[in-house]
Amino acid sequence: MQTRHTFSVYVEDKPGVLNRIASLFRRRAFNIESLTVGHTETPGVSRMTILVNSDVQGARRLEANLYKLVNVLRVHDITAEPAVYRELVMIKVATRTLENRIHVLQLAEVFRARVVDVAPDSVIVETTGTEDKIEGLLEVLRPHGVLELVRTGRVGMVRGPQSVMVEPAPQRPRSERPAAADDGSISYSV
Amino acid sequence: MSSMRTGAQIVWEALVREGVTTVFGYPGGAILPAYDAMLEYPIRHVLVRHEQGATHMADGYARASGEVGVAIATSGPGATNMVTGIATAMLDSSPILCITGQVGSKVIGTDAFQETDVTGVTLPITKHNYLVSDVDDVAPTIHEALYVARSGRPGPVLVDITKDAQQASTEMQWDPGAVKLPGYRPDLRASDAEYRRAAELINGSKRPLILAGHGVQLSGASGEVRQFAERADMPVAMTLLGIGGFPALHPLNLGMMGMHGEAWVNQAVQEADLLLALGMRFDDRVTGNVKTYAPNARKVHIDIDPSEFNKNVKVDVALAGDLRMVLEELSPLIAAGDRKSWLAAIREMKGEVAVRDIQNLPDSGHLYAAHVIHDIWRLTKGKAVVVTDVGQHQMWEAQYYHHEQPRSLITSGGLGTMGFALPAAIGAKLAQPDAEVWVVAGDGGFQMTMAELATIAQEKIKINVAIINNGYLGMVRQWQEFFYERRYAATPLLSPDFAKLAECFGLTGMQVDKRQDVVPSVERARADERTVVIDFRVEQEDTVYPMVPAGADLHNMIRRPSPNPIVETADDE
Repeated sequence: MQTRHTFSVYVEDKPGVLNRIASLFRRRAFNIESLTVGHTETPGVSRMTILVNSDVQGARRLEANLYKLVNVLRVHDITAEPAVYRELVMIKVATRTLENRIHVLQLAEVFRARVVDVAPDSVIVETTGTEDKIEGLLEVLRPHGVLELVRTGRVGMVRGPQSVMVEPAPQRPRSERPAAADDGSISYSV
Repeated sequence: MSSMRTGAQIVWEALVREGVTTVFGYPGGAILPAYDAMLEYPIRHVLVRHEQGATHMADGYARASGEVGVAIATSGPGATNMVTGIATAMLDSSPILCITGQVGSKVIGTDAFQETDVTGVTLPITKHNYLVSDVDDVAPTIHEALYVARSGRPGPVLVDITKDAQQASTEMQWDPGAVKLPGYRPDLRASDAEYRRAAELINGSKRPLILAGHGVQLSGASGEVRQFAERADMPVAMTLLGIGGFPALHPLNLGMMGMHGEAWVNQAVQEADLLLALGMRFDDRVTGNVKTYAPNARKVHIDIDPSEFNKNVKVDVALAGDLRMVLEELSPLIAAGDRKSWLAAIREMKGEVAVRDIQNLPDSGHLYAAHVIHDIWRLTKGKAVVVTDVGQHQMWEAQYYHHEQPRSLITSGGLGTMGFALPAAIGAKLAQPDAEVWVVAGDGGFQMTMAELATIAQEKIKINVAIINNGYLGMVRQWQEFFYERRYAATPLLSPDFAKLAECFGLTGMQVDKRQDVVPSVERARADERTVVIDFRVEQEDTVYPMVPAGADLHNMIRRPSPNPIVETADDE
């Protein structure tokens, strides 16, 4: 049975890592529903939250495949754990009449969304919450005319004091030497 | 300044310190600094005729020795020519290191001359790859790359080094110790509970079967597998790449399973109550239709790569880890077995259908591939390292050459790369200079990489080449015969006179089209100091039997046509 699985994936912050992850999903024919990535509390380590539709066996294989990537430090399928999920959305809504505008602002308040931009014919509403809340907000705003929409995708964190400790990757020593450009022995063309 | 080295020098310094003695390569602009520095180091460089050949040679070297094979090429086309060889090594878990030159770091992204995003191109077909643009990264990256290539489930690793990183100088930092890769876990261990569960299933089984894959040889576990099988009294079936991991003439050996496995082997799989899969991955060539595969069997899967578990076939117990270590831990939990009735039942299945081509080929004066391979086996006493290409001859080799030793059959299994044999054999010969190396190739695959005959001549390499020449792309023709109403689209194949071709390269060439000439030609080839190419003109529309059509049930094989026996077996000797 296909269900949504949320993975927290710790990766080394190196060039091409996102490409490796994306390539793995494509190659093994898994569909990414959403993927977010950003820095963590540990320097040199990034954290991804990846949302995938898969059965349980598929999710296990995906985890094993992610671990095969040398730059992947830790994979945590948090689907079955008590966790907090959030997503951020910005919605640009048409407000052509005053009545419209008042109504949109009221709806935003009900959803505890913030208005972050007001223009003569539109407002931008921003909110953070679960996918359900965002869907709910979108549903009531849609009749007014959604001009533009951007969502970050899901981020998640397991509740409680436990944390995933990830060691930063060791940095290699760099020698001190003149910048390459100053060195006449180097040519860049083939 | 004396301790300063250029990145180019560091490449070789690092390789030499890692014990690399031989590399296969082709120079070009972006790798020229490295080539220039090479002359100062004790490295044997084999100049190939195409970079694909370099990767297959490195692959053959790795498979014959267990060491990492090294290939080197320039940027752009040099690197892209390596793609097929890298993918071949990837699918067969062969440890190779490919070093490629890259354009200068400042012009990356400008579509500079001979620029290709090589790490991007090879990302899905390497175990890992690196782009090095800082001279300080050269030594640690090569150290790390070799470690990644050979550890865990082995595989190809590519290191792309910009031209400026090769030219810049630095004080070389060398830490020969363990690589610090926090995310890399090559040494997994299953829990005690999983071991107990596996032992329980094995001990309780009445009709168990060991499925031995490439992992047996990669892990160096042939001895352990043999002890295990003997103690538990379990018969052994092998995958194509498993051949050699268990002695062919051992009484517990059944032979190859799968698409062109013997019928009794596949029947034993279907009737087994337990499959113990050792370092194999339930490839579709092995399972046929997975829905009807081994329906009565519990499955215990041992593999170093946990992503293989439940990928194709759902298993009951999975033990992750290096096969040799796992068997060492598992064996004490296994009761000595007595499976006489099961072994007798298999013998009975075998008796029913044990009519093999070699015994039943009509004596029409025609030459059959089976004759050739059978005779090479007899004359080499099963001790040669045989390197095959891909196609009918490959399956016949697997059926008629009986391998007793690990790493004695080298063949492209997973990717099925035509053109693999000749270059891979060059690598194998350099890895095992004392071994007798035979190429068994078809007329199609041989023509894909036959330019490497020049490499053989230049490097004075001695191997023997048996071309199974049937004038067709034989395996494709066979599929057309079975599944496309004999419409032979693009399979009839015109070949040059291979014997004359060999002479052109300064090698020895022969042509054989009669059964009685096989033995003398093989003997002459073995005695010749030069590489010998024998063009065996075999029966054109011969067929590999038995066959499980792609996706069909394993027990629904296309059997051999009713035989008209002539007796000719090894027992006649």
